[in-house]
Amino acid sequence: MSEIIIKNGFVFDPLQGIRGDKVDIAIKDGKIVETTALTNPKTIDAAGMTVMAGGVDIHSHVVGPKVNTGRLFRPEEKLFQNIKKTGSRMEMGTSIPSVYKTGYDYARMGYSYVNEAAMPPLHSPHVHEEIRDTPIIDISAMPVFGNNWFSLEYLKNNEIENNAAYTAWLLRATRGFGIKIVNPGGSEAWGWGLNCANIHEPVPYFDVTPAQIITGSIETNEYLGLPHSIHIHPNNLGNPGNYVDTLETLKLAEGYTAKNAFGRTQVMHLTHLQFHAYGGEGFNFESKVPEIMDYVNSHDNITVDIGQVTLDETTTMTADGPFEHHLRAVNNLKWANVDVELETAAGVVPFVYSANNKANAVQWAIGLEIGLLAKDPMRTYITTDHPNAGPFTRYPRVIKWLMSQAAREAQMDAFKHRDKVIDVTNIAGIDRELTLYEIAQMTRAGTAKALGIADMYGGLAPGMDADVAIYNLNAESMPSDAEEIEKAFSRCAYMLKDGIVAVKDGEIVAEPAKRTIWVDVKVPENAQVNRDIYEHFLKHYSLKLENYSLFEEHLHNPRVIEVNAAE
Amino acid sequence: MPKKIENVGCPYCGVCCDDLVVTVSDDGRKVLEVENACAIGNEIFQHASSEGRISLPRLRQPDGTYKDISYDEAVDYAARVLIKAKKPLIFGFGSTNCEGMAAAAKVAEKAGAVLDNCASICHGSSFLAIFDNGYPSCTLGETKNRADVIVYWGSNPAHAHPRHMSRYSIFPRGFFTGKGHKGRKIIVIDPRYTDTARVADIYVQVKQGQDYDLFNAFRTVIRGEDIPDEVAGVKKEQILQVAEILKKARFGTIFYGMGLCHSDGRNHNVDIAISMTRDLNDFTKWTIMAMRGHYNIAGPGVVWAWTTGYPYCIDMSKKDRAYMNPGETSSVDLAMRDEVDAFFNVGTDAGAHFPIEAVKHLKKHPWITIDPNICMASEISDLHIPVGIVGVEVPGIVYRMDNVPIQYRQVLNPPDGVISDEELFERIHQRISEIEAEEGITQTSAAAAGTQTSFVGE
Amino acid sequence: MVDKLTLNMITQRSIEEGIAMEKGKTTQEYFEACSIIEMNEEDIRTLGLLPNQLVRVTSECGSVIVKAIKGRQTVYPGLAHIPQGVWSNQIVPPRTQATGEPQYSGFPVTVESARGEKRKSALECVQGAVGLWNGE
Repeated sequence: MSEIIIKNGFVFDPLQGIRGDKVDIAIKDGKIVETTALTNPKTIDAAGMTVMAGGVDIHSHVVGPKVNTGRLFRPEEKLFQNIKKTGSRMEMGTSIPSVYKTGYDYARMGYSYVNEAAMPPLHSPHVHEEIRDTPIIDISAMPVFGNNWFSLEYLKNNEIENNAAYTAWLLRATRGFGIKIVNPGGSEAWGWGLNCANIHEPVPYFDVTPAQIITGSIETNEYLGLPHSIHIHPNNLGNPGNYVDTLETLKLAEGYTAKNAFGRTQVMHLTHLQFHAYGGEGFNFESKVPEIMDYVNSHDNITVDIGQVTLDETTTMTADGPFEHHLRAVNNLKWANVDVELETAAGVVPFVYSANNKANAVQWAIGLEIGLLAKDPMRTYITTDHPNAGPFTRYPRVIKWLMSQAAREAQMDAFKHRDKVIDVTNIAGIDRELTLYEIAQMTRAGTAKALGIADMYGGLAPGMDADVAIYNLNAESMPSDAEEIEKAFSRCAYMLKDGIVAVKDGEIVAEPAKRTIWVDVKVPENAQVNRDIYEHFLKHYSLKLENYSLFEEHLHNPRVIEVNAAE
Repeated sequence: MPKKIENVGCPYCGVCCDDLVVTVSDDGRKVLEVENACAIGNEIFQHASSEGRISLPRLRQPDGTYKDISYDEAVDYAARVLIKAKKPLIFGFGSTNCEGMAAAAKVAEKAGAVLDNCASICHGSSFLAIFDNGYPSCTLGETKNRADVIVYWGSNPAHAHPRHMSRYSIFPRGFFTGKGHKGRKIIVIDPRYTDTARVADIYVQVKQGQDYDLFNAFRTVIRGEDIPDEVAGVKKEQILQVAEILKKARFGTIFYGMGLCHSDGRNHNVDIAISMTRDLNDFTKWTIMAMRGHYNIAGPGVVWAWTTGYPYCIDMSKKDRAYMNPGETSSVDLAMRDEVDAFFNVGTDAGAHFPIEAVKHLKKHPWITIDPNICMASEISDLHIPVGIVGVEVPGIVYRMDNVPIQYRQVLNPPDGVISDEELFERIHQRISEIEAEEGITQTSAAAAGTQTSFVGE
Repeated sequence: MVDKLTLNMITQRSIEEGIAMEKGKTTQEYFEACSIIEMNEEDIRTLGLLPNQLVRVTSECGSVIVKAIKGRQTVYPGLAHIPQGVWSNQIVPPRTQATGEPQYSGFPVTVESARGEKRKSALECVQGAVGLWNGE
């Protein structure tokens, strides 16, 4: 079968502790192998280049109903588009690309795995249809739990076993990956046009607090021993002063340790931290990143991702329904909303982040501070909460900013309110420049570990998937112009997926099959939960239980991770 | 032994009832009984098993009659029509599953066709309004569980969506709506005193074509301003009364239909309906929903949005990018301007449902109908290719009017040899590639090297 | 009483049309469900029509013979309704106000008695319009 050897490259593999050494990477039948296992390999000469595992994105909105609403209701994004067709299908869209452009662009950046950050369980067949049509990249999708009526009832009464049985059932029904929580309680309150502004404000009718939902979910997750931890978008997103709520949320993880067989060490992943690290009030908001990162740095059972504002026109979309309603009053642009029965909500609003806007510039600084003040890059990850703070296609630019103080200063000098921004942030005083090794931690090794998939993705050890990115960057002689860094990460020299060269010189040359990753948990039979499911479908859902669970024929190229919580 | 199949989805309207029980004969060829369906849904299942179904493609002969041909011949004919045409139009998809729509999009992209669906003559106005103003909506279960005020505006579910009121809006008892009908206020706004209006608590007779004025009046009153004594034929007192109910609702849903989309104003009527919904969310919780007609007519909008970014009127004649501009790239307008030179009628009946003037224009060029049944389109076609009936003979995913995906089942075997839309389009795609290879036609765009990615903001 | 009356025409779904359509557009049920015009009693009187009389309905782009009935879902004087389908589309103007959607509702028509004439079948309407009708 097909054999490849990648020679002479500077290899960065944090999972094995390889720090830019010249190591040969051997590939056979889609897997990484020992070099001795090869008989007659083709050679890829990576001399003067950087070799990493395929990128693993821990949080991105790429498939599903709200992403597609964004595509559908923003034709203006595509009006002046002029992209030559190089893959098998045309590429449309910018901040919310078509599924084809999504797959191609991730591959061009050297990414091979994306974790879809929010799947409304009711819409799981839609999510899986889009996964089917997204080329090259492997995708997992997290169903949203934090406002689900079943969970609200179980967690109010602290019935962890019941919540765990329900969680296992829903993961199977939706072919989902893990427990996503968005604005716990707040999206249910949005059913009445209300919100939960902090973790102590009880959910209308259900009378459970966001804090109870969060701790109950952690306990559920560790009871089941899932590969990933709970993945939370906390309450009060985007509001000045919300760092208090964020710290309170983080503190809920205290005392919990990870129980799983997947090498994961955190019990809480707090996503797009940038949106949750604000001090001050009104338009006078300020960075509270040092306070937050001090806490994160000193607590091993927490991971975070950045949610970097990239100063682009983009499309915000979140299951945080009340937030999107708030946002449409801020910019008065069009607003889509979908409340999903018994489960969640979603809103979509276009947004323009501008370097001329002080608030947006402060957000930019806050995001970078998170990356730069991180003591453990294995626990702090690069994201843009695509497409909320910016499109994922800007990751190379985020990397540039994190790796180059000069690039950051150039951006700050372009701010209309430069001095005011510097006054309320810490960015100007930080001279740290992240290394390629740290970037590899923040974009593949760390994320794969946090997702509990580091035995397959995010590294280059024998036995792992042969997903490899080769960047045109000489690690021994990094370019003096930071723009070269952005360029190299935008268009990799090679991207291999399962041992097949999918990208060469930044262009798609093959479209190898992609997979759907999901988690199948065995739990003991639970008569009460079965009865509750039956009752809610009989009385409250708008479709039949038998038509809710994904039919096997709608699951495409599955890779199942089995977990046994029945013992 | 007859076989009882439960939880069957109904391939009629956008309500997508999925609680049908269908009893079929032992050989899987005949429907014996249908439970829970409305009169129309019942008819679909009964008709599927009736005699006289077409099971082979039919090609029009010089004498005007049809001759049976094989699927291979039909696929070849269709592929050659697509290759020869400068700008073919592929329209319809009211009765196709999403798998078929995805395959059709692949063909349209390869052939450089315009891809359009029935929304173009139905809820296209809604898309235009959504492009401008968004869409604050919810799933139908939300309405069932929470709504205490329901508005039907320019829609007549008693006739067009027979089980809508009993499943989701007026009658069901939901989680927070245990009293069912008793706990809800129903407002019907329509120029006709429809059968839906008969079940309303308040019927508002708006003058035909003056919906925009009435919305404007409501918005004005909701914002606390004064209005004239009569607007759009409606007395001020009634407007004030209804506005008060809207503002005091705990949760409301506005269901609107063709009364807004087909009348003067078109998308502007929907636009202001959305604006009113936005306004009402400053007071309480309101949602709005288009009463989509066919069971899967939301489907092409969803599938093609992830494929091309556009829901309808998609001009792919450049092959490496798509363009959409309803009015310019919409089927009826293209037809009236003679801009397309081949027509594919897929899972719909343009012969009956387009204005006859548009039909005459389209008929100047090759016309191919892809549909399970004999319809007006099939009877004026050059080629009629039968396919299996989705939801009866072909399973697949469909999108309900609230864009919730419903997984449909197969209850009957299709007539011997009859294939699905998806298989047909995959075969046409394959055949186009073969012919292009044989004749040395190269896709210039696909061969071009070097890609330019553009970003907003640069 | 007048010979001709100008009315505002709308064309929308009816459940009879829906059922008959699924049975088949060449069936008698479809013919009966769709080749009708619903008018207000007052307008029927003004035209001096007998119950179930045939009328010719003419728009800016064509005309069609249909049967005039009062209908259960009443329209106000001046408004008229032909169910969506083959007959209504003989007269629906294809103008779209640059939206793609023809003027299915809200276009002026004149209605006059058509005593002695016949309604065309669905096939005659459609095939006839494109030169395929062979008179069967």
